[in-house]
Amino acid sequence: MNIFFQNVIAGLETGSLYALAALGLVLIFRTTDVINFAQGEMAMFCSFIGFKLFTSLGLPYPVAFIVTIIFAVLFGFIIEKYVIRSVNKASVVSKMIVTLGLIMVISGLATALFGIDSHYLRKAITLDNLNIGGVVIQPNAIFIILVTIVIMSVLFYMIRKTLFGIAIRATAQNETTAKLMGIPVNRITSSSWIIATVLGAIAGLLIAPTTNVSTTMMGEIHLKSFIAAVVGGFGSFLGPVVGGFLIGILDNLVGYYITLKWKTVIVYGLLIVVLIFKPTGLFGKIHRKKV
Amino acid sequence: MLKFKNVDAYYGYIHALKDVSIEVPKGKIVTLLGANGAGKTSILKVISGLLEIKEGSYEFDGKDLKNYKPEDIVSMGIVQSPEGRQIFPDLTVHENLMVGAYTRKDKLNINKSLIKGYEYFPILREREKQIAGTLSGGEQQMLAIARALMAKPKLLLLDEPSLGLAPLIVKDIFNIIQEINKSGTTILLVEQNAHQALSIADYAYILETGKVVHSGHAIELRNDEKVKKAYLGSS
Ligand SMILES: Nc1ncnc2c1ncn2[C@@H]1O[C@H](COP(=O)(O)OP(=O)(O)OP(=O)(O)O)[C@@H](O)[C@H]1O
Ligand SMILES: [Mg+2]
Repeated sequence: MNIFFQNVIAGLETGSLYALAALGLVLIFRTTDVINFAQGEMAMFCSFIGFKLFTSLGLPYPVAFIVTIIFAVLFGFIIEKYVIRSVNKASVVSKMIVTLGLIMVISGLATALFGIDSHYLRKAITLDNLNIGGVVIQPNAIFIILVTIVIMSVLFYMIRKTLFGIAIRATAQNETTAKLMGIPVNRITSSSWIIATVLGAIAGLLIAPTTNVSTTMMGEIHLKSFIAAVVGGFGSFLGPVVGGFLIGILDNLVGYYITLKWKTVIVYGLLIVVLIFKPTGLFGKIHRKKV
Repeated sequence: MLKFKNVDAYYGYIHALKDVSIEVPKGKIVTLLGANGAGKTSILKVISGLLEIKEGSYEFDGKDLKNYKPEDIVSMGIVQSPEGRQIFPDLTVHENLMVGAYTRKDKLNINKSLIKGYEYFPILREREKQIAGTLSGGEQQMLAIARALMAKPKLLLLDEPSLGLAPLIVKDIFNIIQEINKSGTTILLVEQNAHQALSIADYAYILETGKVVHSGHAIELRNDEKVKKAYLGSS
């Protein structure tokens, strides 16, 4: 039983990171219909910035963390304003191809600036493990889960309760009418890119101790965040978060109790099964955006 | 208050508005009439900043409106209730109304507008928490008008508020449009229901394939033989 709980906590830990990344994807998708395939690369780039601030500049870890988030704000703003918005008149599919191109540009840039080596970055919390009734818990895992819960709560409060959040949802449903009501749709789009980039950067910094900081560090999170978003439902904000946790936990349980070799296959199997019975995802509604 | 001078507008190569000149005086109800595809909605799109003009000019309270973004137009006090209602289907009635108040600077008075909106349309208060997509057609139309009113417009643009509604509800809605006007809001009303529109309007323009072909006081047009034949379905 102790092992079971340990696996669940480990699942919640990685699931948190899938959930953060997935929420970023969905935020951009809901407001603009674009899927940002470069989300993982953007997060990787931010992680390198954090790593450099911490090692080369020698900033204390919390300061490096916060400065990285500020960088992510600027990074998201710039990518949206100068790349995505400049192809504003292009179709949604073309914009997605543009984000595919961004993968190459950003990973090329990262290689040029930071090299191809992979580097260790410390955990956010480096305290000794706790032992609660035989269950060994890493404080860092608790930290990651708590950070995710706090971020999610703030975001959900914003989306559900504030006028800004209502405007995000209105824009997601009907962009033209949102404009007619005086919603500055450009600013909403810009904000969703900024928030998504910050979410990615946080996920990147938090996964770094496991994957190391390297140009390929986000590969698995990025892919799993897509699966989380689809399993939970791209049409809802809550779904991808639940999907993220679900995949994280399943990943660990299958890996431990059944087989490590087949865990990826089984998790993908879940994706297919969900889509067979619930084509719009667990929490998905039919996406009815009108333009 | 609002003035179009020789406006030309295109969708690609489609010439949607041809040398259109219209005027909406403060405090009045002006109606734009015409068959499908005449260019009525296009005029409203130009006003709201969704469609660029090629020639001519248009102004609001003496201010040239060209090059303003839709949100700036709303801030200036011109708000549209668009064709086909276009409420936000997954938001509640209350949230839809709050979207209407997005540009308001006087946040403290928003509640007053909400109460006012519910006075015009009491059914909306009952449905406050309901998801807007589940409202009936008539209720959605009421919501679309109430939502526009939340911005406290000086000029309210209404695109076919009677579309697809039962005659009794149309009558209600037109009564309320008149009330809104009496309380000081200028109205530009696009309609195919010429009969109803002319009965509440002060002034009317009739459009055909992008051109203004008739204009005059509503009473005169109501009694004009040519207009009667073509648009009122009687002789
Ligand atoms: N987005 C668009 N792209 C291309 N052509 C358009 C577009 N919108 C309108 N048109 C064309 O412009 C002309 C005027 O259309 P508009 O919508 O202004 O007509 P309307 O008078 O509002 O008609 P209705 O009573 O049917 O709403 C029509 O010929 C229409 O086909
Ligand atoms: Mg129309």
